[in-house]
Amino acid sequence: MERPAWAPRSIDISVPSVSRIYDFYLGGSHNFEVDREAARRAMEFMPGLPKVMQANRAFMRRAVRFAAAEGVDQFLDIGSGIPTFGNVHEVARGARPGSRVVYVDHDPVAVAHSEAVLAGDDDAAVVAADLLKPREILASPQVRRLIDLNRPVALLLVAILHFVEDADDPYAAVAELSDALAPGSLLVLTHASYEGIPLPAERAGGAVDVYRDIRNPLIMRSREDIARFFKGYDMVEPGLVPMPRWRPEGSPEDEDPYAFSGFAGVGRTA
Amino acid sequence: MRAEPDGPEDRLRRFATIWSRAVFPVTSTSSTRPEFEAQLLPLARRLSELLRARAFDAAEARAVGAALVDAHCTDPEALARTLDCVDAYLVLYCGEDGDPEGLRARSARLQHAMAAGYAGALRARTLAEQEAIAQAALKAQGVVAEALHASEARFRAVFEGAAIGIGIADLEGNVLQVNDALMRMFGIADPTLGGRRATEWTHPDDAPQTWRLYDELVRGEREHYHVEKAFYRPDGTVLWTNLTVSLLRDADGTPQYQLALMEDTTERRLLNLRLRYEATHDALTGLPNRSFFFERLEKALNAGPGQRFGLCYLDLDGFKTVNDSLGHAAGDRLLVEVADRLQACATAPGEMVARLGGDEFVALTTGPDTRHEVDELAGRIMNALLAPISVDGRELTVRGSIGIVEGPAGERSPAEVLRSADITMYRAKSAGGNRFELADPEADARVITRHGLTTALPAALERGEFFIEYQPLVHLGDGSVRGAEALVRWLHPQHGVLGPDRFIPLAEHTGLIVPLGRWVLEQSVRQARAWRERYGETTAAGPLRINVNLSPCQLTHPGLVQDTVEILERAGVAPDALCLEVTESALIGADDDLLKPLRRLAEMGVDIALDDFGTGYSNLANLRRLPVSVLKLDRSFTQSMQRFPADPVDLKIVEGIVALAHSLDLAVTVEGVETGAQAEQLRILGCDTAQGWYYARPGPPDRLHDLALVDATA
Repeated sequence: MERPAWAPRSIDISVPSVSRIYDFYLGGSHNFEVDREAARRAMEFMPGLPKVMQANRAFMRRAVRFAAAEGVDQFLDIGSGIPTFGNVHEVARGARPGSRVVYVDHDPVAVAHSEAVLAGDDDAAVVAADLLKPREILASPQVRRLIDLNRPVALLLVAILHFVEDADDPYAAVAELSDALAPGSLLVLTHASYEGIPLPAERAGGAVDVYRDIRNPLIMRSREDIARFFKGYDMVEPGLVPMPRWRPEGSPEDEDPYAFSGFAGVGRTA
Repeated sequence: MRAEPDGPEDRLRRFATIWSRAVFPVTSTSSTRPEFEAQLLPLARRLSELLRARAFDAAEARAVGAALVDAHCTDPEALARTLDCVDAYLVLYCGEDGDPEGLRARSARLQHAMAAGYAGALRARTLAEQEAIAQAALKAQGVVAEALHASEARFRAVFEGAAIGIGIADLEGNVLQVNDALMRMFGIADPTLGGRRATEWTHPDDAPQTWRLYDELVRGEREHYHVEKAFYRPDGTVLWTNLTVSLLRDADGTPQYQLALMEDTTERRLLNLRLRYEATHDALTGLPNRSFFFERLEKALNAGPGQRFGLCYLDLDGFKTVNDSLGHAAGDRLLVEVADRLQACATAPGEMVARLGGDEFVALTTGPDTRHEVDELAGRIMNALLAPISVDGRELTVRGSIGIVEGPAGERSPAEVLRSADITMYRAKSAGGNRFELADPEADARVITRHGLTTALPAALERGEFFIEYQPLVHLGDGSVRGAEALVRWLHPQHGVLGPDRFIPLAEHTGLIVPLGRWVLEQSVRQARAWRERYGETTAAGPLRINVNLSPCQLTHPGLVQDTVEILERAGVAPDALCLEVTESALIGADDDLLKPLRRLAEMGVDIALDDFGTGYSNLANLRRLPVSVLKLDRSFTQSMQRFPADPVDLKIVEGIVALAHSLDLAVTVEGVETGAQAEQLRILGCDTAQGWYYARPGPPDRLHDLALVDATA
């Protein structure tokens, strides 16, 4: 008689949520004062945090377009958060009409909001599930309805794995998801890291502490550790790089220095 | 659209580029700057047109401001930079040839309207997003609450519908909630259980650890425990439960509640008790049965130092007769009455009576003073049996034999004690019954040895533990060796060499005498052949013979004649080399059927000797019809001749027997000759052959060889 894995004991909007904080950084108002308060505290240490988020969004946009250009028309976006502008289904359909997208998040508010945004869209859906339980994701009615696992899928793990501690073995979860993907599938991934942040690690650590305080610890991993998520994948050029350097459309030199925090990469299954 | 260098279109684009460069760093868009510029270009065109339009279109200007919000310029800084940009460059790049004063005024009005439009759009977007996220939060809460509700409803259904009793109490033992099953078990309708705390639910049968476990649990030192526990119901009856108590902690791990799960085992326990009663009691008499008795005896024998036990083992005398003559139903009624009387004899603490089966009963007494208590107990039992028992209108006199074993605890096993009691009871019975006897270790040992020898016999024959000694038979007339009697011995691994008196009766009893006897015959005949090969077919005085004893059992065995013939033939020994000795008592009252095999053997030439003659009150007249050729006088006749002078009466008797024997053409052999005087006397009396220590003790076959040599040189 287990409570559904995704359902917390209660929704406590007095507790900050990483997806609403993310929305705030992106200039959205899908957030509450507790979220903004936490976001502002983190920004005291890393004022350029919104630029990191923007760089994430921009990378995701490029990666989705790349996937579409590769012929991929199915997208599984885990850790999708609060839908705002430039969502995967919009970008993907812009490049390849008819693309189907399943969003996955474990934040019930993000899921509820996504449901509202996606209402009436037959080719996109949201699943309330946890990255750490890949089987629940893969077996969900939404995935079974919209995603054909016998054809290539773009699996998006954008700005999510750095919220999973080693003790919960994110590598195993990624491996299990990867095992379910057909050859030619893509893994699209970004991850926070102390590498590339234009600040001393101690100062960036202040922002990390904020996430720890709100019980959503931010796990900064080295490039090497991040690269291990791509085990079994062939890296797409230019490999695992700072976000602005992944297939830039403009000049990376124009980007804000904060945009170079962390790493982004795309891998392709053999 | 072509843009002539420095034409209006080109200038418009340059304005849009400046604008996008100013604003892009403060937008949240995920677009690239060129994409962003492309988004701004139509807005720039609209501004350009608004600047030069004849009439000022405030609504359109507000729409351009609002469009900024749609392009994700939600940071007010984007508006500031936009207005800076419009203020500085719009007239310059898009004013064309208009009146500079008028254009500046128009630009100012444009900015005011754009700012208002932007603010309005941002406010609307903010409100919409706030509304959306609030709705999402609400909806999520609803979903979660629903899931929780469903989950709680399921839990409640389990709680209410469970067949096991469930109760929750705080750590002070205050009962907070119980389910229906628990209330049913206790037979109460009050969910507070009368406000009694868990610690008050004690019962005398609580195991010693029950409340220690409870204390450990409420102190948070133990997560759960499992006990069998009894409770008093309000009506005073007892509820037995399998009780599992678990500690419930809050999210921080602090102990908060105790959860009790209990299963009603009262019925099962009663059933177990009944089954146990049935398994431990005799159905006929209701007395404890053999297994129960053994349990108690074992306990008594394992009691601590200073503790003793006394056991009376009773077997009714002649019960079989009652059963046979009056029927089993009557026998059963007799046993029930005996059981009742016995029960009344053993009422003190530590005493018990049990029925082992059939007409065998035991009474047990335990404690430090069983030495005299057991005697009293036996006396009471004998007394209880004195009064006749009325069965089917008959007054039956019941007697019993009792074997008593008494001793300290910790020395013997139940089986040993019971065996001793059994042996002792048989001793009482063979002494005439209707009495009790006290166990005697020596008597036990004899019986036990006897029993041990009996069971060891078959293996002994297989392992070749038997051997044969030969005692020479000497002719009294010339002192020559005429043969030897074969005497079987058992070289027992523990007891050493045993004589035939120790084991032949046992072998008779078990039937082993037949194979053993055959073996003796084979060995002896083979020895006879060896002698004959060495000394020739005959000595000066006649053929060398081997005497072999035949037991009554062998005598009646149908294979006797054939076995004997085969053995003789196989050894190549003539029948006249063999003399079979049969005891006089074995032939008393023998009919023709019994005598037929002997007669057949005698006809073949085998001598038949009547052993132990004179002890069996045989009908002398009967001698005539027996196929006998030798009489062996019992040693009791010759014993008196060891003295000098011999008893004249004995002399007369022997003389008479010899005369009688000779008149019937029977030879006479005497046994037990120990002195020369004796030998001389017997020779004078006319005895033919003799054996005894005077000549030689029984010994290995080679000894006969020596004697024969002596004889040859004599």
